[in-house]
Amino acid sequence: MKVLVPVKRVVDFNVKVRVKADQSGVNLANVKMSMNPFDEIAVEAAVKLKESGKASEIVIVSIGPSQAQDTIRTALAMGGDRGILVKADAPIEPLAVAKLLAAICGEEKPGLVLCGKQAIDSDANQTGQMLAALLGWGQATFAHSLELGDGTAKVAREIDGGLQTVAVKLPAVVTTDLRLNQPRYASLPNIMKAKKKPIAEKTPAELGVDISPRFKVLKVAEPKTRAAGVKVKTVSELVDKLVEAGVLK
Amino acid sequence: MSALVIAEHDNKTLNEATARTVTAAAAISAPVHVLVAGENCAAVADAAAKIAGVEKVLLADNPLYAKQLAETMETLILSIAAPYDAILAPATTSGKNYLPRVAAKLDVPQISEIIAVIAPDTFERPIFAGNAVETLQVPAGKKIITVRTTAFKPAASGGGAAVEKIAAAADPGLSSFVGENLSKSERPELTSAKIVISGGRGLGSAENFHLLDKIADRLGAAVGASRAAVDAGYVPNDFQVGQTGKAVAPELYLAIGISGAIQHLAGMKDSRVIAAINKDPEAPIFQVADFGLVEDLFKAIPELNDELEKRGLGQKA
Repeated sequence: MKVLVPVKRVVDFNVKVRVKADQSGVNLANVKMSMNPFDEIAVEAAVKLKESGKASEIVIVSIGPSQAQDTIRTALAMGGDRGILVKADAPIEPLAVAKLLAAICGEEKPGLVLCGKQAIDSDANQTGQMLAALLGWGQATFAHSLELGDGTAKVAREIDGGLQTVAVKLPAVVTTDLRLNQPRYASLPNIMKAKKKPIAEKTPAELGVDISPRFKVLKVAEPKTRAAGVKVKTVSELVDKLVEAGVLK
Repeated sequence: MSALVIAEHDNKTLNEATARTVTAAAAISAPVHVLVAGENCAAVADAAAKIAGVEKVLLADNPLYAKQLAETMETLILSIAAPYDAILAPATTSGKNYLPRVAAKLDVPQISEIIAVIAPDTFERPIFAGNAVETLQVPAGKKIITVRTTAFKPAASGGGAAVEKIAAAADPGLSSFVGENLSKSERPELTSAKIVISGGRGLGSAENFHLLDKIADRLGAAVGASRAAVDAGYVPNDFQVGQTGKAVAPELYLAIGISGAIQHLAGMKDSRVIAAINKDPEAPIFQVADFGLVEDLFKAIPELNDELEKRGLGQKA
């Protein structure tokens, strides 16, 4: 079975982004970029499926500027077989991303799409679900564990109350949560090998998808900041302060 | 002009997230209708009917909706979507699961986790783990929105809406419920608790995490955790507060042994009062805490419990 894994190039999770002075966005100049951490988990899950003989081929897809090639190479070094880059320089909204991925699924016909539950830049948490709906497939979001059976996937999902297990018919979209696995580091030989793996390039126009934004971003601002408060010296003083603040009665 | 709110519930009790979502909906479009989809959930519909500002409750009571699986919720919501100019769900794991499917099928972009309604077509939402807030204007047409419920007050009770039963929609037959393993707790729920006491990796083990129990019980608080504590296996995933866990905004957030990674702060910095106990004076949590105590938590926790007991604080009547 072919597994398709979409990956997004995002600001590294350790970077604390700064809002631009003109409030047009966040400052991305000279900021470290990495693969979206949830997508790394998806790549790892796909590689594990291949290692256990359940997946035959892993196709890595990224939608973004030419630098997204690096993100694809990282995924190929982890164990992906080949890549597809859909070139788009401006940021794309999740619905358009889902449409592009749906078009690629139409060509590639994967048995499973594994993707991160959300990207840590836009924090939208939509793309996997939208892709599943557009394809008329089932979905299992926020995967905590994944077991492939005959024509179905059994997925334990991280939900607000604990864990919920669903069985979803294949093909399906599974989105990953934090505890699904610990992504591997690519070894140097695998990084070298990944350089030779093929990456095809496509454009949104070739895929017949209109990616023009629907939303208008009026501004991007700093969140309300909290000033650091006071340090207290003892537990007793802490309790005094909390009583004064009216939160302990 | 009207808005539809999808109710969050467990077939028995209406989750407060629903009344909070009604508040957001009423700022966008009125009147507000609420969809209760579940199994044997008439009591939930009756509770939803009492939310002020709700004109009508639509009740889809069918085994298909017992667990609100995304694919069945999609077809149900689509079957009644036509008249509404806004469809909202709380940004719970349930709402996040089904609502993007509805948006995709309607070819409408979704606005995720709004924290403010600036105008009926303009919303604020956090991005980059809450390090920035974007203001989005959405095009004319249907609006599909999930709501960060801690950012909105619950709508008052006192309404008397009619409950109308609606038919189930087609079963897409794509997925099925296998089982669940839910945390059982007598304590209040994290997202609606007035006091939250959260532990981090500083607690060191699952056993030590229970040191928080006594204080939580005394204060009637919910217990939360940092991602590090969940990843280390001290507590289950549903305890996680943060960017990818739950967003909470209680009256008092008590962070114990939590360093304060930005991903954690994203989920709790809207709390009214934050108090932190950590032995590292440089821990980032102190940059957002109203009151910080630099102290070993294994010394501070029993002291705190004694102090509360001595003063008779937080004892539930």
